[in-house]
Amino acid sequence: MLERVFREQWGRVLAFLVGFLGDFDLAEEAAQEAFAIAAERWERDGPPDNPGAWLLATARNSAIDRLRRARVLAEKTRQLEVKEAVEDEMDDIDATAIPDERLELLFTCCHPALATEAQVALTLYAVGGLRTEEIARSFLVSPETMKRRLTRAKTKIKLAGIPFSVPEEHLLPARLAAVLAVIYLIFNEGYGGRAELAADAIRLARVLATLMPDESEVYGLLALMLLHEARREARFDGEDLVVLADQDRSLWDLGQITQARELIDRALALRGRGPYALQAAIASLQVADPIDWPQIEELYLELVQLTGSPVVELNRAVAVAESRGPEAALAIVERLDPELDGYQYLHSTRAELLRRLGRNGEAREAYGRALGLAHGDAERRFLERRLAEL
Amino acid sequence: MQYALLVYTRPGMDDGLSEAELQELTKEYYAIREVPGCLGGGHLQPVETATTVRVHDGQTLTTDGPFADTKEVFGGYYLFDADNLDQMLEVAARIPAARLGGSVEVRALVEEPS
Repeated sequence: MLERVFREQWGRVLAFLVGFLGDFDLAEEAAQEAFAIAAERWERDGPPDNPGAWLLATARNSAIDRLRRARVLAEKTRQLEVKEAVEDEMDDIDATAIPDERLELLFTCCHPALATEAQVALTLYAVGGLRTEEIARSFLVSPETMKRRLTRAKTKIKLAGIPFSVPEEHLLPARLAAVLAVIYLIFNEGYGGRAELAADAIRLARVLATLMPDESEVYGLLALMLLHEARREARFDGEDLVVLADQDRSLWDLGQITQARELIDRALALRGRGPYALQAAIASLQVADPIDWPQIEELYLELVQLTGSPVVELNRAVAVAESRGPEAALAIVERLDPELDGYQYLHSTRAELLRRLGRNGEAREAYGRALGLAHGDAERRFLERRLAEL
Repeated sequence: MQYALLVYTRPGMDDGLSEAELQELTKEYYAIREVPGCLGGGHLQPVETATTVRVHDGQTLTTDGPFADTKEVFGGYYLFDADNLDQMLEVAARIPAARLGGSVEVRALVEEPS
């Protein structure tokens, strides 16, 4: 229980302290102190009714203590005076009135002046409440390396003057896109197997959705992740990959799918047709029965126009294969070939289309190319099975 | 906080520009000095006119150059007083060198003990 409360409250407490103290390191020390006090006290007396408010109040006291000590060092003679003034102030602390500054913290952690891997690590640490060792394990680096990465990022925030604030209006779209990209990156690290990271990404997106309720792309991203997550159990049969069409639908998490669809409606109500909202809408159509392929094709076209991405165009080809047949799809894939030659999924898609057209020789060759580019055993075994079926 | 914007240019960056275009660029560089918070700046003479000094065992060694054989050369700087990095990143993006194949390095100054 302690562990869970800590993880849920850490971001809220740290954000408040960074805002209050204006210094990441000091804030971290004060937060750690508050959580240590909580661990001891709750062990003895049981947890309070509102652990979050309790932690915030304790953190605030701990921060004021720190400020006082710093001031005491600076002007020893006025020690008593300062102490009294601060204690008066502490009597009327109302934890619910303590501002929620997690949004500011999130924008600081995902600032483009930090390297992407630092943004990811810092977001998980500061907002997500993960411990350094946990993040290190998730990204397959040593705890020392992760600690250095986090320290370096925090030092840069301080010395380069990276602001602790929500960006101004004209900067907001680009900066929000950076935050969403970091959350999606965390999710995709998790989607590849480390399930707890995917759950962390969803948790972060939920927080962001409560903090920015008018941003359609936040709902879009959250919906997209929920739709992927809903199919986690069905994506593997033992160690083997199962494609969408062959998945056992009884393994899908219908609750998550329903939630995702509500979020998509909310995004659309905000006139959201950004890349995440569109991808979520596509993912939602893909778990419907029957699947509306012409509609999916249309949404992919919109997404291509928005992003100019050849990978998205490849996905559109897959939808075209279903709505208009493999011949039309193959024409798109062939057009993409020079640009995506080093991309495994171009060759596996091409192979699949050739197989459906009965051009088995060429299909075999294309599966071979895909195999040569495949990462991971599950992907490789999947392609080998397909190849053997020919 | 105080910041230095260090402007790096690519040798030959201005080649082929007309007189009018060059004047337009100069105007842009001067406009940066009018941005609120600008404390000053300087445009350096070409790197070929530089003289490099090193002291080894008490002996002063003076060499001509360096010559512009590197990709980017330091060409000038601005000094600013600003609230945070975001303000400086916006100003930096307006400096012509940034879009002409050069770059602008944004560095905060170490605070002087008061």
